[in-house]
Amino acid sequence: MNPFSSGTRLRDMIRAIRACKTAAEERAVVRKECAAIRASVSENDQDYRHRNLAKLMFIHMLGYPTHFGQMECLKLIASAGFPEKRIGYLGLMLLLDERQEVLMLVTNSLKQDLNHSNQYIVGLALCALGNICSAEMARDLAPEVERLLQFRDPNIRKKAALCSIRIIKKVPDLAENFINPAATLLKEKHHGVLITGVQLCTDLCKVSPEALEYFRKKCTDGLVKVLKDVVNSPYAPEYDIAGITDPFLHIKLLKLLRVLGQGDADASDCMNDILAQVATKTESNKNAGNAILYECVETIMSIEDNSGLRVLAINILGRFLSNRDNNIRYVALNMLMKAITVDAQAVQRHRATILECVKDSDASIRKRALELVYLLVNDSNVKPLTKELIDYLEVSDQDFKGDLTAKICSIVEKFSPEKIWYIDQMLKVLSEAGNFVKDEVWHALIVVISNASDLHGYTVRSLYRAFQTSVEQESLVRVTVWCIGEYGDMLVNNVGMLDKEEPITVTESDAVDVIEIAIKHHKSDLTTRAMAFIALLKLSCRFPTCSQRIRDIIFPYKGNLVLELQQRSIEFNSIIEKHQNIRSALVERMPVLDEATYSGRRAGSLPATVSTSNGASLNLPNGVAKPTAAPLVDLLDLTSDDAPAPSSSGGDFLQDLLGVDLSPASSQTGTSAASKTGTDVLLDLLSIGTPSPVQSSSSTADILSSIQDNKTSVATLERLSSPSSHSAQASSPAGASPVMDLLDGFTPNLAMPVYPSVVAFESSSLKIMFNFSKPPGNPQTTLIQANFINMSPHVYTDFIFQAAVPKFLQLHLDPASSNTLPASDNGSITQSLRVTNSQHGKVSELHFFIIYTFFPVLILGFMT
Amino acid sequence: MIHFVLLISRQGKVRLTKWYSPYSQKERTKVIRELSGVILTRGPKLCNFVEWRGYKVVYKRYASLYFCMCIDQEDNELEILEIIHHFVEILDRYFGSVCELDLIFNFHKAYYILDELLIAGELQESSKKTVARLIAAQDSLVETAKEQANSISNIIAQATK
Repeated sequence: MNPFSSGTRLRDMIRAIRACKTAAEERAVVRKECAAIRASVSENDQDYRHRNLAKLMFIHMLGYPTHFGQMECLKLIASAGFPEKRIGYLGLMLLLDERQEVLMLVTNSLKQDLNHSNQYIVGLALCALGNICSAEMARDLAPEVERLLQFRDPNIRKKAALCSIRIIKKVPDLAENFINPAATLLKEKHHGVLITGVQLCTDLCKVSPEALEYFRKKCTDGLVKVLKDVVNSPYAPEYDIAGITDPFLHIKLLKLLRVLGQGDADASDCMNDILAQVATKTESNKNAGNAILYECVETIMSIEDNSGLRVLAINILGRFLSNRDNNIRYVALNMLMKAITVDAQAVQRHRATILECVKDSDASIRKRALELVYLLVNDSNVKPLTKELIDYLEVSDQDFKGDLTAKICSIVEKFSPEKIWYIDQMLKVLSEAGNFVKDEVWHALIVVISNASDLHGYTVRSLYRAFQTSVEQESLVRVTVWCIGEYGDMLVNNVGMLDKEEPITVTESDAVDVIEIAIKHHKSDLTTRAMAFIALLKLSCRFPTCSQRIRDIIFPYKGNLVLELQQRSIEFNSIIEKHQNIRSALVERMPVLDEATYSGRRAGSLPATVSTSNGASLNLPNGVAKPTAAPLVDLLDLTSDDAPAPSSSGGDFLQDLLGVDLSPASSQTGTSAASKTGTDVLLDLLSIGTPSPVQSSSSTADILSSIQDNKTSVATLERLSSPSSHSAQASSPAGASPVMDLLDGFTPNLAMPVYPSVVAFESSSLKIMFNFSKPPGNPQTTLIQANFINMSPHVYTDFIFQAAVPKFLQLHLDPASSNTLPASDNGSITQSLRVTNSQHGKVSELHFFIIYTFFPVLILGFMT
Repeated sequence: MIHFVLLISRQGKVRLTKWYSPYSQKERTKVIRELSGVILTRGPKLCNFVEWRGYKVVYKRYASLYFCMCIDQEDNELEILEIIHHFVEILDRYFGSVCELDLIFNFHKAYYILDELLIAGELQESSKKTVARLIAAQDSLVETAKEQANSISNIIAQATK
């Protein structure tokens, strides 16, 4: 015999495991035991198989892997004795589940055991089959189970009935075979068989309409009689629980009657009397009685209309609701939710109590009650109910605030009678629990604010006040920052005072203070800060006196480690400094956001998002806050000639490349240190189409700003305002993004027959020259001869030049003359590109990037 | 229907698990960890129901053990409480004022009793006496088999002496 397997008894192993003081010790003991069991398994040791499996089950319960014991279960089941089979089936149910292939191997043993002469072995097999059978096994063994429904011993019949439930759930097609035998079970006297038979009928009704029809016709009266008997039965000690004979049977019968009565007036009529009797006579001082009443109420609510019974049921719920026992109150709330569709008026009567339950100390009850309140709200009671809920928000648990806030917001949005009320309530919620408010909610608030033009002043002042006390609430801060950015002047000048408002004096610098606090507050995240930057930019124009101060706030961020902030800082700084003349147009108030589009979008019809944006903030209603750089880059590329746009990450880089036709003017450089070169590229590229290739930056700006009237600036902002409008514009016939529109003005110049060669890119390490020519007779094609010169002292190997063009262009890239670029201007690579423009006359741009190893540098540029 | 039955000690140790719906080993561990976190931390006066992943878990504490059963949304929670109590009473009768240690060392017996009470997540017997009788009959079958085995091995031992 194996030296290990003689080992410990089950009891000793459990003791040893319990004696372990640390998890490591326990693991060691379990490992040792498992090793012994494994050895025993591989020796095919019969004497200890029984004990080994028992040990394995204990080990399994502790959460250790025990798959190697699965075959042992099968062997035990296949052995002849009852004790082996008993433990084998237990192990089977514990260690395996229906999804394991091994289970198929047991089908044959099960079949034999179902036909065994020992009824206890039949019982074991039925139990195992009922607990873990798979669809295949159900099909194979259904005839056996069906036969056992008529077995002489009731204990087998009841097991077979429950086993049938599992079978018809796994294979609903088999249901019809069970209808007749199930109906016979309903005539039994044995409670176990009755309970399981009734349950089987209930489940048959669920899977087969045929069965439902059959039982409704043939069994309703009989069931009513059975219920009557059990309700009126004299004291029966075997089944008595708290003075009620077999509450379990009561409940099962009520459940089946509910299924039969639902949608059938005759059947419902038939059970009225007994339901009334149960509802009135059942004692409600013990849990068992309440369980029956609860089931009875649900049945009354579900069967066809009988107003008398319903009054009875609602009264029971009322009694439940005022019960001191939390369990009873919980089920009352649960049931009232169903009752609300039947008799909303009756439920409304309990509103005060339900509202109290929202404030209960028990999380389960609170949650139920809150959901019920949500259903109770209608146009007439929305104001007091919302007030109650918001008042409670102040004192509620932290972990309940999320749910509560979501529900309040949803109520306010759904039922708000007027805009000012909506705004007021939302401000209260934001200042109380702004950190729990979902993004869509405050986005929606901004849309509403933007549409309520007469309330702009009021809103911005209320927000200003709320901000003073609730600077911790992130979403409040965001909305405040946005509103001050848009309507800051109304804050200062007290525009649009309402009668109920208290006057407030806010200076321009107070308003800027708010934004500054928002930027500097430790809890503000990137989105908030980015929004604050935009707000500052807007304020710098509205409050000229603060312009210098705003510059001082923005300027230090040009060295910020967060690229987004750094970029905004540099861009905005240059707008404030150098582009006074276009600034006012740039920072105009946002056009009114379209409520219909927005709500449509919230409803889930969000159009495919633009590939240039990266995830998180896609559905911001207010593109100004959009953390992704791309749309901003578009704007700035055309208005400021010296605002390079460093790319934010490698991922974006590629995305931008792929999305060329969506962000036509995004210039990306691999590192922010290289931004200067980016500038050059821009400068060069912008000057291509103009008569004089060398141009001062100011004149470019002038040209641009002269073209850019108010209208385009609004259009640009619209483009900014959301990713969806962005894509919509890109696909509209007018199509083209603003850059193209603006530069369209230059097209005549581009048509010049002689093309100057251009320095497409120049840095301390690389210079690229483009020479253009047009083959005669084919005006659509442009030949570009690219010349690469290495200015650095290092040789570039594996030099690759790639280019991308919008869809209406075709690009053909000829092989380069070499892929090694000698150092220090000592030779060059040439490569020709042929660009065919299918829409001749339309200005196009070329994006290119260069990969050269030595330095892992990627450069992306573009040209028109 | 009952999807699973869990017995968890106050320290979070699992004393019995029975799964009537398929859960993989990984899911089982996760479910147990999640639920014991929720249930063990609830105060004594609160209601016995916890909403969890679209199901309801009905639990009741007896001494140091929490009996938990997971049911569908539309099932009767009060009935489940009654079933739990029914189970506990049967255990109590079988072991003679049952305690946690009984369930640890005789865990398989607890499973046998549960199998006489529930199949396929549904109640099969409402009489405590019947369950006790069935368990006793099966136990005695096991005893007889053991005695027989012993006597046979005795005879063999005698014969080979």
